[in-house]
Amino acid sequence: MSNHSIQKAESHSLMHDAKKRRILGDVLSHLFLGVMAVIWLVPIVWVFAESFNKNTAPYTRTFFPTEFSLNNYIALFTDRSVLNFPKMFMNTFIVAIFVCLISMFFVLSVAYCMSRLRFRTRRTFMNVVLILGMFPGIMAVSAIYFILKAVGLTGEGLTTIALILVYSAGSGAGFYVMKGYMDTIPTSLDEAAMLDGCTRLQVFYKIIIPICKPMIVYQAIIGFLTPWLDFVMAKVICRTQSNYTVALGLWLMLDKEYIQNWYARFAAAAVVISIPIAILFIVMQRFYQESMSGSVKG
Amino acid sequence: MTTATLSRREMRRRKKMGADYVAPSPYSVKAALTKGDIFTKLSAVVFGLGNIVRKQYIKGIALLALEIAFIVFMIVSGAGYLSKLPGLGDQKQGKKLVDGFWVYTAGDNSVVILLYGVCTLVVCVLFVYLWTISLKSAYKAECLIREEGKAPSVMDDFRTLTDQKANQLLMFLPTLGILVFTVLPLIFMISMAFTSYDHKHLTLFDWVGFQNFGEVFSNKGGTVNAGLFMSVLAWTLVWAFFATFLNFFLGMFFAMIINRKTTHFKGFWRACFSMSIAVPQFVSLLVMRTMLQPTGAINRLLMEWGWIDSALPFFTNATWARVTVIIINLWVGIPYTIMQITGILQNIPADLYEAAKIDGANWWQIFIKITMPYIIFVLTPYLITTFTGNVNNFNVIYLLSAGNPTPVGSSAGKTDLLITWLYKLTVDKNDYNLGAVIGIMTFIVLAVVSLITYRNSGSYKNEEAFR
Repeated sequence: MSNHSIQKAESHSLMHDAKKRRILGDVLSHLFLGVMAVIWLVPIVWVFAESFNKNTAPYTRTFFPTEFSLNNYIALFTDRSVLNFPKMFMNTFIVAIFVCLISMFFVLSVAYCMSRLRFRTRRTFMNVVLILGMFPGIMAVSAIYFILKAVGLTGEGLTTIALILVYSAGSGAGFYVMKGYMDTIPTSLDEAAMLDGCTRLQVFYKIIIPICKPMIVYQAIIGFLTPWLDFVMAKVICRTQSNYTVALGLWLMLDKEYIQNWYARFAAAAVVISIPIAILFIVMQRFYQESMSGSVKG
Repeated sequence: MTTATLSRREMRRRKKMGADYVAPSPYSVKAALTKGDIFTKLSAVVFGLGNIVRKQYIKGIALLALEIAFIVFMIVSGAGYLSKLPGLGDQKQGKKLVDGFWVYTAGDNSVVILLYGVCTLVVCVLFVYLWTISLKSAYKAECLIREEGKAPSVMDDFRTLTDQKANQLLMFLPTLGILVFTVLPLIFMISMAFTSYDHKHLTLFDWVGFQNFGEVFSNKGGTVNAGLFMSVLAWTLVWAFFATFLNFFLGMFFAMIINRKTTHFKGFWRACFSMSIAVPQFVSLLVMRTMLQPTGAINRLLMEWGWIDSALPFFTNATWARVTVIIINLWVGIPYTIMQITGILQNIPADLYEAAKIDGANWWQIFIKITMPYIIFVLTPYLITTFTGNVNNFNVIYLLSAGNPTPVGSSAGKTDLLITWLYKLTVDKNDYNLGAVIGIMTFIVLAVVSLITYRNSGSYKNEEAFR
């Protein structure tokens, strides 16, 4: 009897201990997450606050601005004399749409071939792409410029086409994630479809593509975002200001020549392009997590 | 095809690849040249002849047209480009007095000569490929007529393209894109490593063999030398190591804390961290850079609070700068890792955990034996690409510190990676040859590191482990 009660008391204190430890862990982890969240959010909040700053100079006395106005946004879209932001925005938008479509098509087809079809050059192709990916991309930048110049795509107004080509042409090499996803789709689906008389091309667009929808959304957004985020390639290809993309424009705003007048407008421009990108990312994250949790459920 | 007819090389290949093995096509170039009839053999000279004789008119004419196009191209311009390639041109731009006016005579431009020469070489390689296609398809048509009575029509060919050979249809454009905008520029840049294309020879330069490699790996002084190269290389590897693994482990830590059963507001925490992904990387990097300047917001704030007397040397002291870029890279990179790992954590089959718990495993054992192996299996390719991505991480370094602090007279700063050094050498200093050498060395470093790890990873050896 006494033995039993001791055991009970022990288990009780053990449970009590575990509960205490869990509460301590909870408090610590929430505290940790809170502090880290502040660190992650401060720069973003700061950009947002700065975009409404009445004082346009970069190095002000206080961390957060003290006077607010909407002037930065108004000037950004109406003052086209020095840096034409609306034009840059349109340039980037057009490039982004085309790059998104082309790269999605390329990635899907290559991933399908690598995941589902068995042909002799398959392994070779995968290895070659892997090796090509190890060459530093910057190395090719000036070579690509020479090539575009030789083809005559560096002239006025043609840089948009040049940028579309440059961003989307090599995108087939980025098939690895998509292939990994397709690898998780059971092959029995393909086999069943082929028994029913589907060709491999039909299997591709009737079965594989619909299943891959979450991953396609992810890829599409990645393709759409490339032109907004890249600035090395754009800097080499776009030599005149009328062809600038948003990234280049923002970079120029922080140049010594402009920073005194443009710092607050830089923040405003950053907010303007961040909002659509943020929305896309939230959508993308949902689809990405969906796709990470496996292709075929149940 | 029976095993008896397979060569030893094929047997080895078949053993190595297992279920992935695809038997070689019986219609090979060798077979066409030895066993084919006269029309098939003549297809080696007149492309498509074998096809035209076998009533595959469209295919045959297409092949023939391509051959004629190639020959015309070679006669009109290709041969000229090739002949100039060994010398890279030496005609200087000159001026002549014609009727009292100075008329400029066009000089040679070695870059253009090199580019056109390389392109012509690539076209020649493609022509050889076309030659094999011509022979193979002629032989195939011959064999099929002998065996089945008729060669496939255009419609038949089209049907195979949508089925057995869908790979050719689907891969054509992506491969072409990679060829023109990745492979061609690379060959072009690599060949520059063997020329004297630097700031002193901008229009006319020559082949110099391995002289540039000699310059980079000697200590004769100069702006690029072995000592500097080794120090930049060492920092690049240190940076890539920390940037990859700190990001991975801290990101995993964050993700697991968020994923704890008793953590509240999971969605809220995730949203907080993904906010920084949503802001374009170069924007946040540029903002950070201005904030960390000697007169920037952070230093001002700290001085106002009285914590420091003089500005912290974020980008002016070598050690400070190195630690700063690594930490800011954590700020940039951890949200991505959280996103990746959260998805994977939710994907681990729950029954694995239940079984482990029934067997009495504690959380550490569960973590080491189940969670980690699963994450590593899924993420090995990702880790390798992140590592290579970090070695090539141009944006973070260039936008944050721009390689500074740079010692006076040195061509590379203390935080310069190989890649930013390459960029400075080519774009700022026009030393294309040295830049290309450094590019090649970067490639060698990456290739060694990633081939070893990738080949040993589970997801390469066994693609279908979790299918």
